[in-house]
Amino acid sequence: MENMVNIYLFGKRYSVPDDLTIICAMEYAGYQLIRGCGCRSGFCGACAVFYRIKENGELKTCLACQTQVQNDMYIAALPSFPLKKQAYDINKIKPDVQIMRQLHPEIYSCVGCNVCTKRCPQGLNVMQYIEHARRGEFKKCAEESFECVMCGACSTKCPAEIAHPQVAMLARRLNGRYIAPESKHLKDRVEEIDSGKYTELIKQIIQKPVEEIKELYNNRDIEK
Amino acid sequence: MYSKEFQDSLKAVENAREANIGYELKRMTENEKNELLSAYHPDYKESEFSVLAIGPNKGERIPCELCEMLQGHSRISPEKINLDDIKYDTDVLIIGGGGAGAAAAIEADEAGADTLIVTKLRIGDSNTIMAEGGIQAADRPGDSPVAHFIDAFGGGHYAAKRELLSKLVCDAPAAIEWLNNLGVEFDKEPDGTMITVHGGGTSRKRMHAARDYTGTEIMRTLREEVLNRDIPVVDYTSAIELILDEMGRAAGAVLMNMETKELMVARAKTVIIATGGAGRMHYQGFPTSNHYGATADGLVLGYRAGARLLYADTLQYHPTGAAYPRQILGSLVTEKVRSLGAKLVNREGNVFIHPLETRDVAAAAIIRECADRGMGVSTGYGEAVWLDTPMIEIVGGDGTIEKRIPAMLRMFSRCGIDIRREPVLVYPTLHYQNGGLDINTDGMTTDVENLFAVGEVAGGIHGRNRLMGNSLIDIVVFGRTAGKTASERAKKVAPAHLTLSHVAKFERELNRAGIITDVVSPKLLPDYRRK
Repeated sequence: MENMVNIYLFGKRYSVPDDLTIICAMEYAGYQLIRGCGCRSGFCGACAVFYRIKENGELKTCLACQTQVQNDMYIAALPSFPLKKQAYDINKIKPDVQIMRQLHPEIYSCVGCNVCTKRCPQGLNVMQYIEHARRGEFKKCAEESFECVMCGACSTKCPAEIAHPQVAMLARRLNGRYIAPESKHLKDRVEEIDSGKYTELIKQIIQKPVEEIKELYNNRDIEK
Repeated sequence: MYSKEFQDSLKAVENAREANIGYELKRMTENEKNELLSAYHPDYKESEFSVLAIGPNKGERIPCELCEMLQGHSRISPEKINLDDIKYDTDVLIIGGGGAGAAAAIEADEAGADTLIVTKLRIGDSNTIMAEGGIQAADRPGDSPVAHFIDAFGGGHYAAKRELLSKLVCDAPAAIEWLNNLGVEFDKEPDGTMITVHGGGTSRKRMHAARDYTGTEIMRTLREEVLNRDIPVVDYTSAIELILDEMGRAAGAVLMNMETKELMVARAKTVIIATGGAGRMHYQGFPTSNHYGATADGLVLGYRAGARLLYADTLQYHPTGAAYPRQILGSLVTEKVRSLGAKLVNREGNVFIHPLETRDVAAAAIIRECADRGMGVSTGYGEAVWLDTPMIEIVGGDGTIEKRIPAMLRMFSRCGIDIRREPVLVYPTLHYQNGGLDINTDGMTTDVENLFAVGEVAGGIHGRNRLMGNSLIDIVVFGRTAGKTASERAKKVAPAHLTLSHVAKFERELNRAGIITDVVSPKLLPDYRRK
C-alpha cells in the first residue's frame, strides 16, 4: 500500500503517494500539463515552483520534476517569468565591463539582499555571480552560473529588478567566445577540410562495398 | 540511501570494485553482437510491431504505437479550415524549437529569409537541452573524418545513407567552430585543446563536452541567439497538419494554440520540420529519457503529406536509464559516466559487458543479464544492474565526478545518493528515434518538395543505431544546412494557392483500408493522468 500525503496545488488539497515528484503528483491529481513541464530531468527550467510546508513555513523554490512531495506542501507553479532581455550582437561586443553597464545597468543597483541566492532551485550562489559580472569578471561569473537552468526564480523578488539568468547567459557567451583559449587544432582541421584534404579519402570510403568497410570497422585500432 | 534489500548486492559490488577496475573485458565480435541483439534487443521483438496498411511505407513494419498514430485521424476537418484566413505569412516556417529548429532559424535569418518558429512548448524545451555527455567531431590530430565515418557507419550496422553520414563527419568540425563562436563553453585545456573522451563505439576520443550539460549549453546559446536576432517565436502552439500547394509542395501548416485550441493558418514558402523524437510514445512500455513533448508529431505530419519514412522500425534504448529511485525512473544517466571509467556490473558484482560497446549492444546485454541470466537487482519497480560510479573517482582522482559530471551528482544527490561513494541502478530507457523522415543532403525530404526535416525527426544519417554525441552534431550540421537551403529555395517560390486535399485523401485511404480507429494524431503531449 502506498503512503499518501496531502498537498495543495494552487490552494486545492489532493491526496497523493509520497514517492512522487511534484510533477507526477500534479498528474496523479488529474492535471494534464500544458505549461510548466519540460524535460522532466532538471535541465530545462520549465517547472520551477514555489512552495511552503504548511502555511507558516519558509517560502522555497524547487524544480517540480526533481523534488519529491511532502505532507502539507502548498505549491504554486511558475511556468514562465518575464525576464528583461536586451538584444546584442555577439560578434560586435567585447568582453569588458562596459558591455554589462550598457546591457544590464540594473546590476549596479544590487542591494545585496541575497534573496536571489536563496531562491535558486539549483543552489547556485546567484548574488556572487552577479558580483563577478559587476566587476567584469566574466569567466568567474560563467563558472559560478554554469548550472543555471534559467527558470527565473532568482529574479522574482529582486528589488533592483535584475534579470540574473540573462546576465549569466551574456557572461557565459562572452567567456566561450572571447575569453576561453582558442582551439588551434579545431581551426586547423576546419581549414584542412575546406582545402579538400579529406575529400578524396571520404569519396573512396563511401564507394567501397559493405564487406570492405566491415573489415575496416572490425579491425580498426581503438585509441587507449 | 539504499535500503537493506540492496545491501548484500552492494557489498558484492564494493568488494569486487578494485579487481573490476583492472579487468578489461574483451569487446564482442560481430557475430556475438548480432546474436545478442537478435535475442534481446527490443527492435527484434516481432510481437511489438505492426505493418502499415496505407501511406508511402505501406507494407513495412513499425512499432505498434507508432502505427496507430500514423494511421490515426486528423485533428481537423479540412473543409472547415479557411485557408484564406492567414494568420502568419512567412518565407521559412520552422516547426519545433529545439536545437535543430534553432540552428535552422539562425541560418535562415542570416540568409535574409523571414523566419518563424512555432513550438508547442517553449523554445528550448527539447531533447537537445537534456543531452548530457557530448558532441562528436573529428578535429584532434590523430583523428579524421574518415575514422569518424567508419565508427558511425559500423555502429549503425552499415545502414546509414552514406552521403548523409559523410556530410555529417565532414561538416562536424566547422559546426563545433560555429558553436564556439556563438559562445558555447566547451571544456578545454589551458592551451585551448578540447578535452575529449570516448563514447561507446568510437575509435578516437572525439567527444567534446561542456561538463555534462553539453546539450543545455548548446541549446541555451542557440536560444539566446534566436532571441537576439528577433526571430519570431510562437510558443505553446503546435502544428497539427502541413499545408501543401497545388503542386504538392509544402506551403505552410495548420497551427493550434495549445491552451485555447484556436486553429490558425501559417503560410510559408518552405517548411522545416524539427519536431524531434518519440520517447513519450513509450514503445513497448519502456520509460524514457526524453522531453515531455517527444511524441512523434513530425512523422505524422510528414507521412500524411506523402513523405517517406526510413528505418522507423529502429529505436535506441539507452543502456543506462535511472532505474531507482522512482522519482527519476527512466532519466538519462549519461554515457559519459562510462567514458570516465564506470563499469556495468551485475547483482554479484561481476562485469558482464565492455562499458564502451555501442548503445544497442550494451542495452541488450543489460536486458539479458536481468532476464535469462537472472543476475539483475530487484528495485521494486523492475530489474536493474549497477553502474559502478565510484570507479570514476578511483581512476580519475577525487573530484572528477564533481568537475566532469556535476549534473549526475546533482540528480542523484537530490535522491539521497552520493554517486562518488555509491553506485547507481540502471536499466535501458527509450532514448532516441534512429529512423525518421527520409532526407537528402540539403535536409529536404525525398518525397515532398520544399519540406525539410532536421534533427531527430529525420532518418538515415545514423543507420540503425546511433553513436553517442552524433545527434548533437547532426542537429547542428543538418539544421544549419536546411536553414540555408530553405531560405534559398524560398526566394524562388511564388505565394501559393493552399490546399489540405492530402488530409482528405489520407482519410479516404484509411476508410478504403478498412481501418477503424478512434485515435487522433499527432499526439502532441502524453497523458499521465491517473486513469
